[in-house]
Amino acid sequence: MEEKYSQKIVIRYTAEIVDQPIVCRLARDYDLDFNILHARVLPKREGVLALDLTGTKKNFDRGIRYLKESGLRVEPLSKSVTRNLDRCVHCGACLAFCSTGALSIDPSTMQVMFDSDRCSGCSICVKACPARAMEINFL
Amino acid sequence: MNTHAVSKTYQEINRKIKEGKAVVVTAEEIIDIVEKKGEVEAARTVDVVTTGTFGLMCSSGAFLNFGHTSPKIKATRVWLNNVPAYGGIAAVDCYIGATAVVEDDPLNSIHPGEFNYGGGHVIEDLVAGNMIKLRVEGYGTDCYPARKYEKSVTIHDLRDAILFNPRNAYQNYNCAVNMSDRTIYTYMGVLRPMMANANYSTSGQLSPLLNDPYFLTIGIGTRIFLGGAQGYIAWQGTQHNWNVERGQNGVPREGAGTIAAIGNLKEMSPQWLVGASVLGYGVSLYVGIGVPIPVLNEEIVRFTAVKDDDIYAQIYDYGVDYPNGAAKSVGEASYKELRSGKIKLNGKKIDTAPMSSYYKAREIAYILKEWIERGDFLLSEPHQLIPSGKIGN
Ligand code: SF4
Ligand code: SF4
Repeated sequence: MEEKYSQKIVIRYTAEIVDQPIVCRLARDYDLDFNILHARVLPKREGVLALDLTGTKKNFDRGIRYLKESGLRVEPLSKSVTRNLDRCVHCGACLAFCSTGALSIDPSTMQVMFDSDRCSGCSICVKACPARAMEINFL
Repeated sequence: MNTHAVSKTYQEINRKIKEGKAVVVTAEEIIDIVEKKGEVEAARTVDVVTTGTFGLMCSSGAFLNFGHTSPKIKATRVWLNNVPAYGGIAAVDCYIGATAVVEDDPLNSIHPGEFNYGGGHVIEDLVAGNMIKLRVEGYGTDCYPARKYEKSVTIHDLRDAILFNPRNAYQNYNCAVNMSDRTIYTYMGVLRPMMANANYSTSGQLSPLLNDPYFLTIGIGTRIFLGGAQGYIAWQGTQHNWNVERGQNGVPREGAGTIAAIGNLKEMSPQWLVGASVLGYGVSLYVGIGVPIPVLNEEIVRFTAVKDDDIYAQIYDYGVDYPNGAAKSVGEASYKELRSGKIKLNGKKIDTAPMSSYYKAREIAYILKEWIERGDFLLSEPHQLIPSGKIGN
């Protein structure tokens, strides 16, 4: 059996293609399991959909290609994870949650640093940050 | 008998502060000074050492008086943004506690609960000047006939708003690990199973009460930095305990002394009082506190020169022992090790993470230093010292 691959992605619709049944095709044609994390899709308007997709890596890649060929903007959820520096108190409580090292402490300043390139978009920090400084912006 | 080589009084130090001549350093800076110059010379040169801590302090809250209404009401039940406050005091007084949770919060029914809003957030919203919905119920008396009252208010509309925290600034605290086989969500943060991580919470060498481990200068009436304003130490904090095991340097090896702090909430800032939502645990409040330590003699300066290498935290298992009330230390680690990001326990390397902000603690020590240097902050001699053990015991 091929190993399961899983990634969280954000799909952005434009007004022209908002009516296409894309999630349904991802499941049927590419055998991908999905979990809807966030959806804001208005009829005849643009929208955004965040999905947790699981399947074989090959099918995942084909599914993503299909989405892009349909004219949708697709990016990993991690691109939407941001830190609100005004709210961050540099307590470090998030370090225990973040498994990728995207959140780390700079030992010289003792400031907590956020490196979005290392972020996997797992979103655990969003609920785990006591000051609610970690945010997902789907805009 | 005074056998110190250097001996200064509060009055002398305050005179220097007023003249702009006082030498003020932070609890980090004093370490090198004492190392290079020695205690006596350091005590001669330096007048004040500033400390700081910024962390979750659940035992915090504020007394609010919202002024008489017309018709008058004797409030028995009070809500602020739908968070219950304690109304069992005089007619229009109440106490909003940091850990009170908003009504209808699902709590931990979907575990771990998110605890998005509560008393800590009300306090932050108040100091930020945000509008708060006040809702009051009374049972009606001849002198206070009204039974219901509702109004949107800001902190400026309140007659009085006094931050009064019964227990803050713990002198040392546990380091938490989880020896069970499931992830747990605690006030010490998330703890992954099989000791996968360890969380600790104090600012170590910068922490107020670790720099005066025997309360030689800290007492009732000591003026402090509290939530961004000048506040005072009101009393020893609840659970204050001085009868603890100490290292050679006099520093408690476990949770020990505490202070109760008081100040005018109207003067404070949301930068130093921040509402907190602790996953699976509840609501709390980050509080920023800084205490100035007057260098009255070389013994006091020696205590302020304590460094992370020489401060130890006891490690406790929050998986089984702690919740069962049978906590026993499973090891200890110095704050130097804890702050390095890894400790060793039972032959295993464990990632560590702080729960309190060293960055903000340092900022507080600097702000307090600046206030004193500018002459905006004078030291106050305590009216009574806080009970403590004897040096050398
Ligand atoms: S837990 Fe939140 S406030 Fe604390 S350091 Fe991480 S992002 Fe900042
Ligand atoms: S989303 Fe996940 S990987 Fe990214 S910073 Fe937060 S915890 Fe780390």
